[in-house]
Amino acid sequence: MSKQGTIKVEGVSKVYPNGVVGLDNINLEIESGEFVVVVGLSGAGKSTLLRAMNRLHDVTSGNILIDGEDITKASGKELRTLRRNIAMIFQNYNLVKRSTVARNVLSGRVGYYSTWQSTLGLFSKEDQERAAKSLERVNLLDKYYTRARDLSGGQQQRVGIARALMQEPKVFLADEPVSGLDPKTTKVVMDDLKRLNEEDGLTVVANLHSMELAMDYATRIVGLKAGKLVYDKPISEVNLDDFKDIYAEVGDQ
Amino acid sequence: MPNLPKRSALKEWHVIGFALFLLFIILMMLSGQKTGVGQNFSWDQFFDLWIKMSNPDWSYLPAILNPIAQTIQMALVGTLIGGVAAIPVALLAASNIVKSKIVRGLVRFVMNLTRSLPEMLLAALFVAVVGIGAFSGVCALAVFSFGMVFKLLYEAIETIDEGPIDAMRAAGANSIQVIAFAVFPQVFNQFLSFFLYTLEINVRASTVLGYLGAGGIGLYLNTTLELFRYDRTAVVILSILVVVVIVDTISNQLREALA
Repeated sequence: MSKQGTIKVEGVSKVYPNGVVGLDNINLEIESGEFVVVVGLSGAGKSTLLRAMNRLHDVTSGNILIDGEDITKASGKELRTLRRNIAMIFQNYNLVKRSTVARNVLSGRVGYYSTWQSTLGLFSKEDQERAAKSLERVNLLDKYYTRARDLSGGQQQRVGIARALMQEPKVFLADEPVSGLDPKTTKVVMDDLKRLNEEDGLTVVANLHSMELAMDYATRIVGLKAGKLVYDKPISEVNLDDFKDIYAEVGDQ
Repeated sequence: MPNLPKRSALKEWHVIGFALFLLFIILMMLSGQKTGVGQNFSWDQFFDLWIKMSNPDWSYLPAILNPIAQTIQMALVGTLIGGVAAIPVALLAASNIVKSKIVRGLVRFVMNLTRSLPEMLLAALFVAVVGIGAFSGVCALAVFSFGMVFKLLYEAIETIDEGPIDAMRAAGANSIQVIAFAVFPQVFNQFLSFFLYTLEINVRASTVLGYLGAGGIGLYLNTTLELFRYDRTAVVILSILVVVVIVDTISNQLREALA
């Protein structure tokens, strides 16, 4: 089966052990090459949905199919191979701050290596070149030997993108990728994502807080509210007024 | 001056504080009498020891250089064996690595048992098991370092930034790869620091292990004391002091560089 980067979420619910409902019967079909932005208030379940897509969170019921393969049922080697096709970047960048940029980027490739080879750091010549190319794509090749902690937030996030690219993913998940960044850096990071989406045909699913950003970059906007899918429209049909409902809090009129 | 609010006389003169202080002194004197502290104390002997020790017999120094070197070697080897062995066990005890409470609890319980034995007791045990000599000292120090590095390391592992763990899992890494790429780089410097700290303690401890027949300089401490050669005891103590100060200084410098 060809890997295209389609995601099919079927009746997914997530109830946390303390009884809080994170996701409530979500159905969502994402086509290859879409740039989907998920909007909603904090706690609406955006992160939970994204983290369910690569199984960093288990779901309580329902299925999530990545190119037809159910990640909610996969385990062991099968799960790791599925995850390899789904890259993710995070709100807190999640780099190893003490390690160099190069090592952080190379670590994105571990899914392709045996345990002992990767543990000893025996990355092939091709992959070292791949790491350099990934960094070049986010314009950070000059930081190759710099320690991650010495980079600014925006630079760290772009190293995160370079690391994610090492997986040669079909799907790119971005969990609040720009929430800590200033407007200018935000644009750089979002432009990087957009370029991957357009040039490589990656399916991108991103959680964003800002409606303006969602309007600028998305091809489709999905709204979550209290764990329910309340909104789902292609960008051409989106009206800014629609957001009022998604962002309405209890007690608002 | 503005009028301060009045306090009762009791509080004004800190009566309760003074009463407690007096009570404490009386209790101390009573318990001293009860346990017989200082009854056999002789000032003459005390000064005699000091006078003899203040004239060190420096000709004794060459004889103790070898045992001193052996002491340091014992500390190094013991710390190395114990410290390295502690790494996998510390991973098993860290709550962010091993999710099973039963496994973690079991590992910690066994390790707590190990740590409850002081070095001297361990040395006595090993002398009984493997015989007199440096090997039993190394064994004792290795077990002690094992427990010490284990405890420090698993607590350090539990405080790491867990973001990189998520990132590695998302990239399709298996658990050993997660440890190698997300956990190990975050705690490696701390591990070296714990290792050096344990080495400092072990150098100090290994100087007295010889007392129990577990090798090193301690044997000479014992012999000179028993022969009442306090002038030689002084040389032994001074040389131990020099070694401990040197090791502590180097270790502190290195640990600062690692921080």
